[in-house]
Amino acid sequence: MILQLTVFLQNEKGTLSRLTRTIADAGINMHAMFLADTAEFGIARIFCDAPEKVAQMLTDAGFRAAVTPVNAVHVPNEPGGLARLLDFCNSADINIEYAYCFKVGDDTAIDVFKVENENIDEALRQAGFRIAEPEDIYAF
Amino acid sequence: MYYQPDIETMSREELSKLQLERMKWSLSQAYENVDFFKRSFDGAGVTPDDLESLEDLAKFPFIVKQDMRDAYPYDLFAVPMKEVARIHASSGTTGQATVVGHTARDLENWGDCFARGIAMVGGSDESTLQVSYGYGLFTGGLGAHAGGEAMGCTVIPTSSGNTKRQVQFLADCGTDILACTPSYALYIADTAIEMGYDPAKDFKISGVICGAEPASENMRQEISDKLGVQYCDVYGLSEIMGPGVAMECAERGGLHIAEDQFYCEIVDPDTGEVLPEGEWGELVITTLTRECTPLIRYRTRDVTRIVSEPCACGRTHRKIDRLRGRTDDMLIIRGVNVFPSQIEQVITAFPEVATQYQIILTNKGPLDHVELHVETEPDYPIDTVRKLEDLKRRLEAELKANLQVAVDVKIVEPKTIERSMGKAKRVIDKRGEQA
Repeated sequence: MILQLTVFLQNEKGTLSRLTRTIADAGINMHAMFLADTAEFGIARIFCDAPEKVAQMLTDAGFRAAVTPVNAVHVPNEPGGLARLLDFCNSADINIEYAYCFKVGDDTAIDVFKVENENIDEALRQAGFRIAEPEDIYAF
Repeated sequence: MYYQPDIETMSREELSKLQLERMKWSLSQAYENVDFFKRSFDGAGVTPDDLESLEDLAKFPFIVKQDMRDAYPYDLFAVPMKEVARIHASSGTTGQATVVGHTARDLENWGDCFARGIAMVGGSDESTLQVSYGYGLFTGGLGAHAGGEAMGCTVIPTSSGNTKRQVQFLADCGTDILACTPSYALYIADTAIEMGYDPAKDFKISGVICGAEPASENMRQEISDKLGVQYCDVYGLSEIMGPGVAMECAERGGLHIAEDQFYCEIVDPDTGEVLPEGEWGELVITTLTRECTPLIRYRTRDVTRIVSEPCACGRTHRKIDRLRGRTDDMLIIRGVNVFPSQIEQVITAFPEVATQYQIILTNKGPLDHVELHVETEPDYPIDTVRKLEDLKRRLEAELKANLQVAVDVKIVEPKTIERSMGKAKRVIDKRGEQA
């Protein structure tokens, strides 16, 4: 499991820059960010160093922030990399809440997804998937 | 247990006799010394001699807030200035300020009224009372202060503001009773928790006396739980005196009116007719002892009802029910009467949502549009859009069911809703502002 930083934002001009500025001013490096948006609010999902510390720091600064455990899997950066993973989830009756992917180097990608039942690492391992460890993504 | 047992547990018969005697005096005090009452009684064809029973009061004309504004500053005073010990004034946010004068005797009576409430939360001359109402022209601070001194408490006059210091006094000075607005009590509790205290366990405090703004049952419960206290609701208004006109005992179920000092009627806000006992309507108050600014049939605009069932606490003075709202705070949304207190009641039934909220009214074309801003509690999972939208939908459905009006719920970031030091600004009415 990887800890993702989650921040609730109003869908208004300037809220995202206020967030990233606050993180930047704390000297924290971000590795990935994905934004889910609705008409009224957005949810920023971030991989950054020391996510728990950053969540506390953002809360103190007046943000609604939390850490969320998510699943992350290394897949080969080739056609079918993600599809194989999702085929497995489907056959194992694992329902995905949300997912996103990013490329690491030329050969691999990391697929990140959130499921209702968080403890599926073992099932993934047994099916031959390579689980990403926190140190693959961020520093502590 | 009681502050003035002989008065507070007086038989109804004796109390009515005392009220009639004092009412006659008060009518004369007003009629003979204040031009306004002379003119208004004469206009209605009545004199103080026409009062033979308490019910006869219904023959007398009302006085309304505007009459008090017109009398600014001293035209309603019934005593010479040398007898006026202090003046208080309303904030005047909705117009000309209203000035109310008090003689030394008036101030003494006020202290007694508030002190009865201190006894209701278990206070005595050994208690420490922290007054976190604002001091000044606003009657909250000095009213509670007078009550504490009358009781013989140790009074800590912190006034409002500097919340961390408020918490420090609670922690270090052994405060037993805190008097302030309900929103400020909650803010103080939250600040203490943020500072790492568990006020319910760590502090000696055992009672709060809260008033000057509406608070729902759930908000009161939250204050009681977080601070670990008995909650006493206090009613009062600066025109009549200040906090202490009615106060809530441990039995709850309403606030005992200081009936030896005030006579209460409930009238239909539209027709002015006195309503049968127990019906909801506008509270009308007649002062029975006030020397400087006697008021005969003052229309408070507060909506409540009289509760006359005997109270298990032993006090014989009747109660007013918790205020439902104000006739002039009542929002008319798409033709439907809505009290902010009703909205608050719905919100506080949702533990996922913080009790801070704001109602924003705008026009969308010809129709009124209601937007309700709320924050989620810090531990509510914010990670999934589905859950947040589900919360919003459930809240909207509950509001619609309770208010009969569609409300658009908007979940906002924390601290976007202004925390209050005094009265919380819950409603922002922008209707009519747009071109």
